[in-house]
Amino acid sequence: MKKFLSGNEAFAEGIRLARPQVISAYPITPQTIVVERLSEMVEDGSLKAEYVHVESEHSAMSCAIGASAAGARAFTATSSQGLLYMAECLYYASGGRFPIVMMNADRSTALPWNIYGDQRDSLSQLDSGWIQAYAENAQEALDLALMSYRIAEDKRVSTPFMANLDGFVLTHTYETVDIPEREQADRFLPPYETDNRIDLDAPKNMAFSAGPDTNYIFKYKEHEGVLAARQVITETEKEFAGIFGRKYTGLLESYRTDDAEYIIVTLGSIAGLCRETADKLRGEGIKAGVVRIRYMRPFPNEEIAAVLRNAKAYAVLEKDISFGNDGTVFTNVNSALKKAGVNVKGYNFIGGLGGRNISAADIEKIYSDIAKGTESVNFIGIGGGDNG
Amino acid sequence: MFEIIWLGRGGQGAFTAAKLLGAAYTIDGDEKYALAFPSFGPERRGAPVRAFTKLDTKPVVDRSQTEKADYIVILDDTLYSPQLHELLKEGGRIIVNSKNDISDVLTFDADSLAAQFRLPTVNTVMLGLLAGLSGAVTADDAADAVRGYMPQKIQERNINALLGAVQEVAK
Repeated sequence: MKKFLSGNEAFAEGIRLARPQVISAYPITPQTIVVERLSEMVEDGSLKAEYVHVESEHSAMSCAIGASAAGARAFTATSSQGLLYMAECLYYASGGRFPIVMMNADRSTALPWNIYGDQRDSLSQLDSGWIQAYAENAQEALDLALMSYRIAEDKRVSTPFMANLDGFVLTHTYETVDIPEREQADRFLPPYETDNRIDLDAPKNMAFSAGPDTNYIFKYKEHEGVLAARQVITETEKEFAGIFGRKYTGLLESYRTDDAEYIIVTLGSIAGLCRETADKLRGEGIKAGVVRIRYMRPFPNEEIAAVLRNAKAYAVLEKDISFGNDGTVFTNVNSALKKAGVNVKGYNFIGGLGGRNISAADIEKIYSDIAKGTESVNFIGIGGGDNG
Repeated sequence: MFEIIWLGRGGQGAFTAAKLLGAAYTIDGDEKYALAFPSFGPERRGAPVRAFTKLDTKPVVDRSQTEKADYIVILDDTLYSPQLHELLKEGGRIIVNSKNDISDVLTFDADSLAAQFRLPTVNTVMLGLLAGLSGAVTADDAADAVRGYMPQKIQERNINALLGAVQEVAK
């Protein structure tokens, strides 16, 4: 059924179809609509879940961990400072191998305090052991909500999943979304079953300490779990396409990159405007392309290297900066190229911080800047600086 | 791309109108795409709000605020200023809810028409005027959007107000 929905509402529809058994809710702009819609669904009986009002994000994640440890499918959502307040618990969820799904509405971090969108909140948590996906539009948001549990709960993975939606430009923008049938969703996503739970008939120690002799083995296994998601994402998307007819392209999506000389690598909802700008430049004879990173963890190392290998130059456009260095996405992309022995000149463009608009003209200028050569790190509209 | 900027005050339903227009445009077709969004940020009753609708026959990927509109629809005439003409495309028009004539814009007393249907808000009247003047959506599709996206108990009054506005344009 087609409906005109916001990104938040679309995600909530996806979660309804995924049938979580426990939802822990604490509101924060621009995520609040998700937990509001879910509470309405629980109220009207269309979603049978335990809906728990908690008093903070720290408790929201703790509650989700407890529910998952009892063998339940758990959901929560947050944003910005809420994610940061929750950060301690993110590591308990991933280290405990609890396949919780959380939506994060990407929003700037204080100070200066600001409720608008950028990606500094989620990118600061790349090392927390969670799978991280970034949606471009409301349809992809809904589809990610459904796919996230399949990927997270796969026994090869058993890792929590953070689905990121750009605050406001995606969470609060309405567009047409195709909502799958309940029967299709049930066929795609079976109920959660796990041995990683409290069971009176089979008592076991969970969420324990591990000393120096074994601790690193758990960390190695955690790393393996996130890496295993590479294969599981491919399999899941193939099965998703078979049932729902919508195709996704794994860890990244390439657009007109086959013969591209200049490529923008980006993530999230700005990718559409990058593609439209690339089309315009193609019309003027400039070989422009776009790569949209869909997953930051696991990171598409080989895929990025393969797609950038023959370019003359690339830009990483991101709504993030690791102060004193580069944007974190740029750091990750450069590492991928270095490992693959690819030597293409790259530049970093920081934009959209605190919700600042990135225009088509800004994107066009990125293409012309990287063709001429520019500073290694550039704040759009302000300027650049070299950093090694 | 056909772009509309809506101006109202918090609580007047400008964003609801923006959303209804997008829903109406996309209701029947596969090759029709729309985005609708409010000016982002904290919501305050009575404060000026902007909302945006973008309609096209291909997917709309530019999620930024409209800088040049085909129509600007203003729900409260205290929000009108002549500088708004700078936000219009060539041949674009401004529609204002007002009891008074204003030069270079189309005015209509939407409050009186809304009052006939016991509506405290003029957003569906303004949507009807826009539908009638621009032809961007049919009256039927606009009415269907009201059925699909407004609470049931206020649907009928809003549909009547909307259709009333479309008829006013036809006169």
